[in-house]
Amino acid sequence: MATQTAVTSAPPRAQAPLKLRRRGPLAWIGDHVLLAVTVVVFVFMLLPNAVILVMSFNQPIGKYDYTWNQFSTEAWAHPCANQALCSSMGLSLEIGVVATVVSTALGTMIAFAMVRHRFKARSGINALLFLPMAAPEVVMGATLTALFFNTIGPGSLGFWTITIAHVMFCLSYVVVTVKSRLAGMDPTLERAAQDLYATPTQTFMKVTLPLVAPGIAAAALLAFALSVDDYIITAFTAGQRTTFPMYIFGSVQRSYPAQINVIGSIMLIGTMAIIAVTTVLGRMRATRR
Amino acid sequence: MSTSLLDKADPPAQQAPPEERRQRRNLTPWVLLLPGLLWLVLFFLVPILTSVSASVQTGNFDDGFKLTWHWANFVDAVKPYWRQYLHSGIFSVATTVLCLALGYPVAYFIAFKGGKWKSLLMALVIVPSFTSFLIRTIAWKTILADNGSVVRVLNDLHILTVTSKLGITVGTHVLASPGAVVCGMVYNFLPFMILPLYTSLEKIDPRLLEAGNDLYCSTFQTWRRITLPLSMPGVIGGTLLTFIPAVGDYVNAQLLGNASTGVVGQSIENLFLRKTDGYPVGSAMSVIMMVGTLVLVMMYIRKAGTEDLI
Repeated sequence: MATQTAVTSAPPRAQAPLKLRRRGPLAWIGDHVLLAVTVVVFVFMLLPNAVILVMSFNQPIGKYDYTWNQFSTEAWAHPCANQALCSSMGLSLEIGVVATVVSTALGTMIAFAMVRHRFKARSGINALLFLPMAAPEVVMGATLTALFFNTIGPGSLGFWTITIAHVMFCLSYVVVTVKSRLAGMDPTLERAAQDLYATPTQTFMKVTLPLVAPGIAAAALLAFALSVDDYIITAFTAGQRTTFPMYIFGSVQRSYPAQINVIGSIMLIGTMAIIAVTTVLGRMRATRR
Repeated sequence: MSTSLLDKADPPAQQAPPEERRQRRNLTPWVLLLPGLLWLVLFFLVPILTSVSASVQTGNFDDGFKLTWHWANFVDAVKPYWRQYLHSGIFSVATTVLCLALGYPVAYFIAFKGGKWKSLLMALVIVPSFTSFLIRTIAWKTILADNGSVVRVLNDLHILTVTSKLGITVGTHVLASPGAVVCGMVYNFLPFMILPLYTSLEKIDPRLLEAGNDLYCSTFQTWRRITLPLSMPGVIGGTLLTFIPAVGDYVNAQLLGNASTGVVGQSIENLFLRKTDGYPVGSAMSVIMMVGTLVLVMMYIRKAGTEDLI
């Protein structure tokens, strides 16, 4: 009540200096505490990446040593000195590609059905899509392995069981990503294409697909990142195979080669370079138009 | 180009009999949905149901497992492991609270004070995750090493003597302690907290905050009365995205903890992968964990009052 009278009675011009006076030393302190917390949290989040970069130039003393010893470019010169490391990376990339292709295709189809069509059991399907994102990874890994044990036996765990698991947990993320792009699309564009006598196939190929493509690409990237980086579910379904995350996890007990830090640095620099290039290209294209 | 476009679009094909069209329209979504949903049913839903059955089986790898309605598996899944349940609970709650306490100011700063640096700062939140999370978690072994500068400063300031008395750290070390595990977990899950918080804070119309200010709200009151209620979807989304994976996480406990920081995930992995007859008890443990998480999440969503999360 009191605030309302204040608004109606105060002349509009008197507002500005009043606000300035009210932002006293307390607000100044508040702003700077906010800034300080943000800086500290960013240091906290980025420090490990800096450490990885520095440690990739380290020559460790012993097998279990994680501290700085001596500068060396040895690991960068021979990133594959450790064969098991590079072959595990190869396996992870293979699984990543297959899982990405399958989950992106299946997920995109589901997203189209969810956004473009009316059908029954929608809420049940929504729940089925949401649950894999809400279940702890260890539960999914353990239960899926239990199923494989019961049906095909523990001996047949390997490439395909890992891939099946990865497609399973990537699927929901693909659906969510593509769905948000589809839902934000202007439906009049497709209607315009149909008005101009395009067949449904033509409308899809020439209008819908190019417009959804960025969403599908983002979903595929997300699926790939999730697949290549997964440890828990993979450890359960892998059997005798060793993916890159599993190799790293195991090397904590064996020995931790500096090459792991080299690969970690390459991952960071590589992705940052790709993002920088695509952003610059996108800006150039935008200005040309 | 344009002629072929016109050729293909002959009117009769477009105006199919209404009944046939309706039938096709009804079938298309199912054709699109079926492969993906089948995958989820086969490799997500069915496993969870079989594991419920597996949790009451007995046997071992050589003789096979049989459904014997052996409910004692659940006793075996709780009694020897109560410490692990306790650790999982404490670590995941502490992680969620710390992530919210650290993530909210950061998301707030980026959304309201970020200006033209907004997208760059948000990119910096995501950038670390381009490197494998395991390598980054192991990097904390270097940062928190016993002879490193972080531990030296903490020792010089006698902070570690206090935290060790509280049971967060062990002696003059940080590594191999509950504190290190929670530090690693907060580090790993912080982006999952900041992203949804930022999305909901960014949507808030700044004019509402100005209006609050105009109505003689202090900065804190503006936040308490306007910003916080409007950012609740982000708070709920962020806490769920942090808490759920934190419950099941055992990577941080394994890499940064020691034998006395064991969590449920580690026990499940041990039972499944390193024991020949542990699989029924392991299944029982994952059933307990899943039901427990689901109940907590449901209670939280009900309390927070958001039904339209899905």
